[in-house]
Amino acid sequence: MTVSRSPVTQVVAIGIGAALFFVLGRFVAIPTPIPNTTISIQYAVLAVFAVLYGPLVGALAGLIGHILIDATGFGIWLSWEISSGVFGLVVGLLLLRTAIEDGVFDRALALRFTAAVVIANALAWLVVAPLGDVLIYSEPANKVWTQGALAFAANSVTAAVLGLIILSLYARTRTRTGSLSRER
Amino acid sequence: MSTAAGTGEQPLIELRGCSFQYRAQAEPTLRDIDLAVRRGEKVAIVGASGSGKSTLLRVLNGMIPHHHRGTITGSVRVAGHDPAEAPLVETARVVGTVLQDSNNQFVGLSVAEDIAFSLENQQVPTEEMPERIARAARLTGIEDRLGDSPHDLSGGQKQRVAIAGVLVDEVDVLLLDEPLANLDPAAGRATVELLDDLHREQGTTIVIVEHRLEDVLHRDVDRIVLLSEGRIVADAPPGEVLASGRLEAHGIRPPLHVTALRRAGAPVTADQRPSRAADIDLTPAQIEAVRAWTEDAPDPASELSDDGDPALELEGVRVEIPVGPERTTVALDGIDARIRCGEMLGVLGSNGAGKSTLARVLCGFETATAGRVRIGGADATGWSLAERGERIGFVLQEPGQMLSQPRVLDEIALGLRARSLPDEEIARRSEEVLAVCGLRPFRSWPLSALSHGQRKRVSIAAVLALEPEVLLLDEPTAGQDHAHYSEFMEFLRGVHRAGTTVVLITHDMHLALEHTRRVLVLSGGHLLADDHPAAVLTDPELSARADLVTTGLYDLARRCGVPDPARLVRRVIAADRHEREEAR
Amino acid sequence: MTSPVLGYVDRTGPLHRLSGVSKLALALGVVIGAMIGFDVRYLAAVSLGSLVLWGMSRVRVRDLAVVLWLVAIFATLNNIGIFLFAPGYGTELFGTRHVLLEGPWRWDVTAEQLFYQSAVTLKYVAVLPSVLLFVATTRPPEFASSLARIGVPYRIAYAVSLALRYIPDVQREFRTISQAQQARGLDTSRAAGLRTRVRNLASVLLPLLLGTFDRIEAVSAAMELRGFGRGRRRTWLVRTPLRLPDLVLISLAVLLVAVPLVLLGVNDGRFWNPFL
Ligand SMILES: Nc1ncnc2c1ncn2[C@@H]1O[C@H](COP(=O)(O)OP(=O)(O)OP(=O)(O)O)[C@@H](O)[C@H]1O
Ligand SMILES: Nc1ncnc2c1ncn2[C@@H]1O[C@H](COP(=O)(O)OP(=O)(O)OP(=O)(O)O)[C@@H](O)[C@H]1O
Ligand SMILES: [Mg+2]
Ligand SMILES: [Mg+2]
Repeated sequence: MTVSRSPVTQVVAIGIGAALFFVLGRFVAIPTPIPNTTISIQYAVLAVFAVLYGPLVGALAGLIGHILIDATGFGIWLSWEISSGVFGLVVGLLLLRTAIEDGVFDRALALRFTAAVVIANALAWLVVAPLGDVLIYSEPANKVWTQGALAFAANSVTAAVLGLIILSLYARTRTRTGSLSRER
Repeated sequence: MSTAAGTGEQPLIELRGCSFQYRAQAEPTLRDIDLAVRRGEKVAIVGASGSGKSTLLRVLNGMIPHHHRGTITGSVRVAGHDPAEAPLVETARVVGTVLQDSNNQFVGLSVAEDIAFSLENQQVPTEEMPERIARAARLTGIEDRLGDSPHDLSGGQKQRVAIAGVLVDEVDVLLLDEPLANLDPAAGRATVELLDDLHREQGTTIVIVEHRLEDVLHRDVDRIVLLSEGRIVADAPPGEVLASGRLEAHGIRPPLHVTALRRAGAPVTADQRPSRAADIDLTPAQIEAVRAWTEDAPDPASELSDDGDPALELEGVRVEIPVGPERTTVALDGIDARIRCGEMLGVLGSNGAGKSTLARVLCGFETATAGRVRIGGADATGWSLAERGERIGFVLQEPGQMLSQPRVLDEIALGLRARSLPDEEIARRSEEVLAVCGLRPFRSWPLSALSHGQRKRVSIAAVLALEPEVLLLDEPTAGQDHAHYSEFMEFLRGVHRAGTTVVLITHDMHLALEHTRRVLVLSGGHLLADDHPAAVLTDPELSARADLVTTGLYDLARRCGVPDPARLVRRVIAADRHEREEAR
Repeated sequence: MTSPVLGYVDRTGPLHRLSGVSKLALALGVVIGAMIGFDVRYLAAVSLGSLVLWGMSRVRVRDLAVVLWLVAIFATLNNIGIFLFAPGYGTELFGTRHVLLEGPWRWDVTAEQLFYQSAVTLKYVAVLPSVLLFVATTRPPEFASSLARIGVPYRIAYAVSLALRYIPDVQREFRTISQAQQARGLDTSRAAGLRTRVRNLASVLLPLLLGTFDRIEAVSAAMELRGFGRGRRRTWLVRTPLRLPDLVLISLAVLLVAVPLVLLGVNDGRFWNPFL
């Protein structure tokens, strides 16, 4: 069970990653103490995909998954869909070579992951999405940047916290078998 | 090195001194394999779990080394080429592979599309496709479902689609990795018959890996190849392999009639054509031996009386599942049943009969559209999943759907912590279930280092630790070899003796006969029967309606003139159990 | 999350018979056109057209009721948001100020603001029905081939098809896993504290992900064995030929993009300004 990155595997990872993004984004909402606010967990999963399968998979799974959510819901709103893609892309790019496959998930990597998630979120929700809204949809700037800031804060926290938990658990499932012995 | 000049005698597949080691492994998985498959042959590969069967198929279809990295030595020739050198598609044009999980092989959005998948990739023009699709669909008997989506098909039908998707290329060789693992007995036989028809009518060479040897032998095979720890330990016609007794030695269950004859002191010989009980050449001595041996069958255990407190009751339960806007399918209808405390009960029925749905409605995963479920005498309507979970432990068919912690111990403690039990209590219960499930040596291992069977036991241990009154198991033995299977069932009997009510959902008739005294038979969402398993299996009309198939023991009893086949069954079970106890 | 929310509506109408390519082109034309154009006259025309198409399609409003509610709520919230944050944005855009209603602090309702916000709302009304109609009247197998025909690389087009194929499976898997964990006493609902909820959530996500990774391996092995990804192109079984109505639709799509481009020049900017 090793995650390979052949071109065909990447195509499948994009497809199934988008399906996962869609299902989590469309049907799973975790209520928070703040009324009418839910934790959207699909970005945590997208970040994990980007780390394991690379930036291309992260970008396209996010883009396609988000387009599918919107095409069956709110209608296409390109600036935000592109931002999901940007998020996956940036996380993937910032964490290109990691040893997580071999079960290595140390403090340094955890910090790198957190930083990558925050940077990617900043690019996606503080730059690309609001800029798109202003340029494409002529929305008032102060409104879109407030929205973007909210999305940035919420997504950074959830993606970093959940992503870290998932990755550390994942790394621990990948311990080398050779190091194991039976206990009495 | 042999020359590739293709004379008629050249085997289609030839491995010489072939060894393979996965990059992640410390030891080779295949060692020194010599194997030749000639055009038009039909070969069954058997071996314990982890013996390298799937790995061998991967060498043949080129997935090794194209997809899995590692070191391969020796020579491999498939249709005169080395699959390592040829592109994967070239090999795939000769060798078609049907993977174990037909759901993962079904990549199209409809049957026709999935069959066409390979044609599309070869850039066959759209106009030429329908004819070739129709031909492949006809060969596999799926031609009237071409427009259906994967969710509308049963496991057996998906299997046929997978085979059609490979046949559309007019391949010479079909490789099948455990094609029967998820099929009900009748669907399993139908698949075996389909493969046999292809073999005889189209001349397709067939290599089939399977744990259910008795089902594979339902139609003739040319050879059985037995793998053990990466080596071929037998490669001979089925008669010889069955007579040699090597299968048992390597953890494979031979067909039941072969076991029975051996136990009766009259083992089969290779020239008796022992593959099937229905047409084996029995000698008068063997017939006599079986008759005499059957005489000491234990009496049927006294039937459980109808009293005893009810653990679970279903009253007129109906379950509808939404499948689309304004569309539902009825998965269960009018189910009335009582399960008593301390019982060990079986649930049988064809694929899609509603067995899993029955378990799900008991645990509250699915809500009953009509009717009532009672747990321990109390109406369970409106109970939360957690409340039901305290009374009923449900072990899903796929252990992967439950295991979420890195270490075995954490997994078992997870549910206990969620119930806020004190630490000492958690430690006590964990210790206890680890011991019962034979998992103590692995308690701090990561789950990924365990085999499928061990993972299944972890999922049971995690549920057992919650000390449920009722244990529901969905197909606990599917895809496991005989050694693991027996170990596992012994463990379950222990749990049962300790007072837990056990409900087993299974496709394995012998398992039902051996371990349960009452079975519920489902078909198309209806309860067809609620009776002793032997009574169910001896009722031909009922068996046919529920897609059940009698084991070889029934044929053997008939052939030997044993009046009550159930007696022979009891005798075999008793002998099995005796041998296991001896072995301890 | 049991019932499928939306998908193909199997009720043959005139739109169902069209080729997926032309419908995709039209939907794209509307999306891109409405993205560029902010001329209310144009948006109103497109909205009207979308509604007419909807009427022709024999897709009933009831089929999409849930979705329409979501949209209405989203549009309303967005409108409120814009007004709260930028009540003077209309004036800024159009350069005039006709107060219709005095409000507290800066929240005066001006004709310009109403005009601007109605343009924003019309954008929704223009875009949404056409996208929904495309989804509701195109068989999923045609999605991928249509994407490939308008020039999307076939590997990506097929990834879309795979996503559609595995959405129901992932959905079912998620549901089962989360139920199994709840039955063991792991609570992800409001009743538990936030910390516990997040931890319990991870114990649902991890099996889901590990299962998904295995599935990705298995599916890609199956696809590779059947020759996916070798050629530079591939053909598609599901491929409705283009007929006259399709060509009309495609021309319409081109027109839909061309008009706002022309209007950019005519209006000397994105907005048509009736206040001058
Ligand atoms: N991709 C892989 N990477 C590393 N090791 C592997 C890989 N696949 C299989 N193995 C190892 O090779 C051994 C043989 O595995 P294989 O899947 O061939 O067994 P099998 O005979 O098919 O068993 P089963 O009946 O359970 O399917 C196992 O010990 C397994 O852990
Ligand atoms: N979530 C679901 N969505 C749609 N149909 C479903 C769903 N779950 C079950 N079904 C349908 O309900 C019927 C009963 O399914 P169930 O899983 O209970 O069968 P089963 O007896 O367990 O079969 P198997 O032996 O293959 O596991 C089938 O026709 C199945 O297709
Ligand atoms: Mg195998
Ligand atoms: Mg089932």
